[in-house]
Amino acid sequence: MREEPKPRIGRIWLLVAGWEMARSLAKGAGFLVAKPASPEGEARAVAAAAHYGPPHNMRDADIPQGKGVEGPQIGATILVAFAFLVGIGSGAGFLYVYWSSASDWLLGGTLALCLGGIGAALVFWAHLLVAHKEATEERPPMSSPEEDRQAVFEEFMEGKTDVRRRGLLTWLSAGAVGLFAAIFISGFRSFGTPPGPSLFDTVWKRGQRLVKEDGTPVSIHALEAGSTVIVFPEGSIGDEKAQTVLIRVDEAFLKMPRENPDWAPMGYLAYSRVCTHAGCPVGLYQKQAHLLLCPCHQSSFDVLRGAAPTGGPAPRALPQLPLYVDGDEILRAAGPFTAPPGPGFWGLTA
Amino acid sequence: MIQWLGRKMARWFDSRLGLATFFRKALNHVFPDHWSFMLGEIALYSFLILVFTGIFLMMFFHDSSTQVVYHGSYRALDGVKMSDAYRSVIHLDFDVRAGNFVRQMHHWAALIFLAAILVHALRIFFTAAYRKPREINWIIGLTLLLLALANGYFGYSLPGDLLSGLGMRIGYSILLSLPVIGPWATFILFGSTVPSAATLPRFYSLHIFFVPAAISALLVLHLGIIWRQYHTNYPGPGRTRRTIVGSRLYPSYAIKSIGLFFLLFAFIAALGGLVQIDPIWVYGPFDPIASMPFAQPDWYLGWIEGAMRLLPPFNLHLGSYLVPNVFFSAMLFPMLVFGVLYCYPFIEKLISWDNQPHNVLRPPYLQPFNTGLGCAALMFLLILFFAGGDDVIAVSTGSSVVFIRRLLRLLAITVPPLVGIAVYVLCKRAVRKRQRQVEPAQPELTKVFEKGEIVVIDKH
Repeated sequence: MREEPKPRIGRIWLLVAGWEMARSLAKGAGFLVAKPASPEGEARAVAAAAHYGPPHNMRDADIPQGKGVEGPQIGATILVAFAFLVGIGSGAGFLYVYWSSASDWLLGGTLALCLGGIGAALVFWAHLLVAHKEATEERPPMSSPEEDRQAVFEEFMEGKTDVRRRGLLTWLSAGAVGLFAAIFISGFRSFGTPPGPSLFDTVWKRGQRLVKEDGTPVSIHALEAGSTVIVFPEGSIGDEKAQTVLIRVDEAFLKMPRENPDWAPMGYLAYSRVCTHAGCPVGLYQKQAHLLLCPCHQSSFDVLRGAAPTGGPAPRALPQLPLYVDGDEILRAAGPFTAPPGPGFWGLTA
Repeated sequence: MIQWLGRKMARWFDSRLGLATFFRKALNHVFPDHWSFMLGEIALYSFLILVFTGIFLMMFFHDSSTQVVYHGSYRALDGVKMSDAYRSVIHLDFDVRAGNFVRQMHHWAALIFLAAILVHALRIFFTAAYRKPREINWIIGLTLLLLALANGYFGYSLPGDLLSGLGMRIGYSILLSLPVIGPWATFILFGSTVPSAATLPRFYSLHIFFVPAAISALLVLHLGIIWRQYHTNYPGPGRTRRTIVGSRLYPSYAIKSIGLFFLLFAFIAALGGLVQIDPIWVYGPFDPIASMPFAQPDWYLGWIEGAMRLLPPFNLHLGSYLVPNVFFSAMLFPMLVFGVLYCYPFIEKLISWDNQPHNVLRPPYLQPFNTGLGCAALMFLLILFFAGGDDVIAVSTGSSVVFIRRLLRLLAITVPPLVGIAVYVLCKRAVRKRQRQVEPAQPELTKVFEKGEIVVIDKH
């Protein structure tokens, strides 16, 4: 009794897909040495194949139709149909999830299965069930024929002679276009006051009381040595550029510059909180090392020596706010910051 | 019946527009068969997915930094002061059906978009596909990369959370550092301070209109040029300067490509649903006096962040003017990188004195200098990328930031040249090995190798 050729289902697709992928990867890397594609010109083909692999990878769909070869096609058809069914089923699942709980996990899972099923079906379809015909085509030359190149130039020059009173009118039209551009660019003026003093100044000035975020003034008893608080000029709470960190250190540690010895009354020091590197708030204080740290790019500043930079990319000390104590034992600013606070810019003088 | 109707309609259009000739050519357009040609397609399709998901997000986002007090379904933020923009995104995440899912898909798609462009550009570089006649497309492609970088930044700045607020301030400081025009440039892009009431509307209109419009226009140009010039071919039988070998657009290539779109969308949907990204409710709203540790930008800006952290502290004083530190790390350095990339085809042309069109790719091992240089540059950028997270590395390895910074500075100077030289030597050896294999069978192939170019291999 003759045996019917059994259709080969499944397994083929895995092999084919895996093989295809490995092969194209290896081909790209030039590692795989494959057999020559044709018996003719053996030596030539061997040399070529040693470098570049075969011209074309055989697929199931390339095998001519006939008895005994329907198998893989049936297997592939079932595979593609299955992938489509997964896609359609999950699509229905997505709709159900969307109209009911709409949880992110279920939405993502079902939509991924839906689109993935459809995508896989299409890719398998193209790989397994579309005859792969390698095509070779002539590339058209990119440059135009020489006579066209000549002709377009001549015709342009010819047209130019037809235009009369060229000089004056060309200049006028160029002027019109230029004016239009100027009008266009002037639109930026609508954006408001151009930059200027705001880059240099803050609202701090002599006599202003230091207040905390909740508006209470800071007295000389507010801080223990080694602790800090964020302060603002009275009336400008939350002002981004005027934000200041007030630190109290043990007076014995201070190494104040000679020119401003009295800027740290009772060990109170006030520095701009805006980093001189890239403008982040200098938010961390290391008590033992007396360092202010910026969490953005890890610049550090020595509190005892006028907030001079000690590490990281910040090139400039944090501007200091001079202080004095008034009759009610309240801290006040003795003047504006020693320098414009924040990141550097072209007009900032040293 | 359907076929009859289709034929009828096709004739109706063709007698008015004359499209049959074009479609006939299009269906038969030859595309090369190689997985690496898929990378550009991934970039294209992730852009489409960005547009789809972005349109959804537009319906819910408020581009206003007006301060409001939150009273909504997310109890943890009840009574907290925040910008209207931040509130609208919290509303999207917690109260809009599939809102958080779509926002996460959008963010993931952006990360994949940038990654696909980068890998696509690397493929072009390492196979020298930028050579004549494709220099124009190389330039357009680099411009697309720049636009994508910018739009990624504008995009993740929008929600008004603490992390994006810090990013905005850093961006402001970088732009402010430009010599002469810095203050004006920041005034135009950000407004007088950052973030001011002006910043968000400007970022928003750039993010959803101007930059995507520019990307779309350049994409059309990019694809039109590739269509006109045809793709390159990897070296192989029958592939020459004057031929293109591959499969035709219809049917196999088209089906595969549409399949790729679905697979990519599936991948992004899975990420969007299953993998959390940019949880702004965890970061909290932007507060001008707050900062946070371990603040890193999205991955594609990591190299600039790393350069900012590794550059030693110095300012350049020009008379009474100042060129700040961040200018060198975050402006000049990226400008140099892109400047070299833009000029690369022309530099190579000047050196090689080669005016021929090239349609067959140069495998990486046949161009030891390019490959070595490319690997060294990649290594440098990778080290900078890690430097962008030096605080994270320091904490997770239990060492100090100072030590990690010094180590990475050392590595950034020493490792890239070593890698470049090693790759160069390996490529040279590979060329020699191939030559020895080929010589007995095919003497003229040796000659071909010396010129670094493969022309005709097999005429069958």
